[in-house]
Amino acid sequence: MEELNNLMHGFSVALTLPNLGFMVLGITLGILIGVLPGLGGANGIAILLPLTFSMDQTSAIIMLSCIYWGALFGGAITSILFNIPGEPWSVATTFDGFPLAQQGRAGAALTAAFTSSFVGAFFAVLLITFLAPLVAKFALKFGAAEMFAVQMLTFCSFVGMSKEPPAKTLAVMALGFALAAVGMDTVTGTLRMTFGTTELLKGFDFLIAVIGLFGIGEILLTMEEGLAFKGKSAKIQLNVVLQTWKELLRYWKTSIRSVLVGCWMGVTPGGATPASFMAYGLARRGAKDKDSFGKGNIEGVVAPETAAHAAGTSALLPMLTLGIPGSPTAAVLLGGLLIWGLQPGPLLFTEKPDFVWGLIASMYLGNIVGLIVVLTTVPWWAAILRIPFSVIGPVIIVICAIGAYTVHSSIFDVVMMLVFGVFGYLFKKLRYPLAPLVLALVLGDMAESSFRQSMLLSQGSLDIFWANPLVAGLMLLSFTMLLWPIVPALKHYLRGRA
Amino acid sequence: MTKLGKWAGRALVTAIATIGLTGAANAWEPTKPVEFVVPAGTGGGADQMARFIQGVVAKNKLMAQPLVVVNKSGGAGAEGFLEVKGAKGDPHKIIITLSNLFTTPLATGVPFNWRDLTPGAMLALDQFVLWVNADAPYKTAKEYIDDIKAKPANTFKMAGTGSKQEDQIITAMIDKATGKKMTYVPFKGGGDVAVQLVGGHVNSTVNNPIEAEAHWRGGKLRPLCIMDSEKLPYNEKVTATQAWGDIPTCKSAGVPIEYLMLRGVFLAPGVTQEQVDFYVNLFKKVRETPEWADFMKKGAFKQTFMSGKEFADWVGKSEAMHYGLMKDAGFLAK
Repeated sequence: MEELNNLMHGFSVALTLPNLGFMVLGITLGILIGVLPGLGGANGIAILLPLTFSMDQTSAIIMLSCIYWGALFGGAITSILFNIPGEPWSVATTFDGFPLAQQGRAGAALTAAFTSSFVGAFFAVLLITFLAPLVAKFALKFGAAEMFAVQMLTFCSFVGMSKEPPAKTLAVMALGFALAAVGMDTVTGTLRMTFGTTELLKGFDFLIAVIGLFGIGEILLTMEEGLAFKGKSAKIQLNVVLQTWKELLRYWKTSIRSVLVGCWMGVTPGGATPASFMAYGLARRGAKDKDSFGKGNIEGVVAPETAAHAAGTSALLPMLTLGIPGSPTAAVLLGGLLIWGLQPGPLLFTEKPDFVWGLIASMYLGNIVGLIVVLTTVPWWAAILRIPFSVIGPVIIVICAIGAYTVHSSIFDVVMMLVFGVFGYLFKKLRYPLAPLVLALVLGDMAESSFRQSMLLSQGSLDIFWANPLVAGLMLLSFTMLLWPIVPALKHYLRGRA
Repeated sequence: MTKLGKWAGRALVTAIATIGLTGAANAWEPTKPVEFVVPAGTGGGADQMARFIQGVVAKNKLMAQPLVVVNKSGGAGAEGFLEVKGAKGDPHKIIITLSNLFTTPLATGVPFNWRDLTPGAMLALDQFVLWVNADAPYKTAKEYIDDIKAKPANTFKMAGTGSKQEDQIITAMIDKATGKKMTYVPFKGGGDVAVQLVGGHVNSTVNNPIEAEAHWRGGKLRPLCIMDSEKLPYNEKVTATQAWGDIPTCKSAGVPIEYLMLRGVFLAPGVTQEQVDFYVNLFKKVRETPEWADFMKKGAFKQTFMSGKEFADWVGKSEAMHYGLMKDAGFLAK
């Protein structure tokens, strides 16, 4: 068990008093960054990166990766309390987390989210510890066609999610794709749908749309419905954590499935956001009472949070072994590694064992520290809902505006956020589902370029999607997912005929 | 501003003035944080260099005010360039450039030209290397080129960063040299491109040295030739047998291609000569640090430094070259 020895050595590197201090500092900063929508782990780390150049390499990366864990944890807080996803991967958490908060169960939802995050991350770290070389090889198998197959699978596992008429779902999804197409077309290098304006050059950022659609939209709705949070009646129970844990044990199947989805998406690298959507879609499919999803089902919080954290953590693996970042935050960390003179790649594990195993050990410790920090604060976060809306409402709007501004440091984005907010309100009033729009907006761009890259590689032949067992298997799985909702209807029909 | 705020601000300004790093009392100095715009995404070559400079400046206290890196990558960098172009007379905004200084306006028709900015200094030039997978049968650039010539067009696939930018321009130059078209597949970043080659999904790339170094050292990629007029001056072994300096030039291998990418800094239009001088001096000091030397070695950069008229002339020549290359390749905006 060479890995175990290495890991023990890693713990001896990471477990010094200053390093533990950096961990707590990093986690706390990360949670704050995660809570502020738009600031995001990537920006937070980018801002703090230069401060760490004078620090010891191992301590620096420990602190920065702890900011990353903290941001992963913190993203869930505003999603659950105010329906504002602090991070892209928290969008799926709002679907059930926010209804739970409205029912006065914010504490339970937060506990479920934090615990699931921890479980996801923990299994992903185990994967990194023991299977790093193997997994790195697997990641190399992913070319453009395989990437498209993964994105296809995400879409397909999400189909049939909405209770609204399919035509409405289709309409908002198409709108999402259209918005995703604005800006630079990376395949031809020309501008699309910018109409000669410079503001539209950068396209519609997913985060700005989400802050507007969900956050501002929700505020407008609350204003119409009498200026009060529905979750106000929530009692603050200090034993909420233990009670929720009892309940969580029932969802072990969902947890395992979400861990697998997350690890796989993090390594390939599909990223945490698609992973959270896919896990949510799968959890709903696997559940007996499908209709309770979207109305406040704890399982609907467990699935996306587990997957997002597993993906976020395992995304560091391709970064360390191949130098490809699995997420924007990993990309900034990668820049940090290079500046410290550490060249990520297949040799990093042998050339700098102290650093790599110290980092891996800090992942274990950082997540444990993180879990303790966030769980102790659950009652406080839940108590925010007791503040009168007339006080907290404007504060939320200000935080949303700051969040939208920080994405690109652009005032135009704040205006866009407000416009999206009005649309979010209208869509909710007209009962158009927002989730498909968000999914199309976040994945549309990626899926489009993967598809077109595949078409370039194959000279326009669709055969590339059946060219090897991996991509063929993924495509087959996608179509099974797509057609699955028809199966019961078909069965019914056949039985009727017989 | 409150009274206290005013007082604190004044105290800060006084403190900074007293610390006075340059010694010359009259010389211009930034009076507030300087925004360092990167017209590209986080994690890429320009971003890495900007963040590295930010770190060096902070660590060695080369400037009293902080340098803050801001990514403005929209529209292949047009967002960043237009922002600095619009900040007329603002000495607290500088921008690092890559080849998209020329390629973006030419390919997209965005109303921008480098003459809209004030040239600062050239920091270094980035090299391009022709890479193949280590399992490929080609040991030299000539073998690879001969095989391209022997097979039908579009047999070979080249992965690169972005579209109608430097990687695709170089691919077009190789097409011209071989007379056979390669299929160019654009990806988001240089790291992705290198991994596509390691995974065997494409035949070759023209990655910058720093993007592919780890895979070369790990025995996954093989450099065939370097697109410069002379070999690199770095003779420290990277792999067991080879150093950057051992890579032959593409010219000597029968592929007459030379292409270097500018890593330079520009200021907003309408700034004073004094302000330009401050930044030129700042970057001179950055270049003298041992960290910079390490960074250059790691990324196998060409360490050319220019400023003033010499730099402007170089940029003008480079622009004309890009115009010609992009016109030949049919990349110009209609």
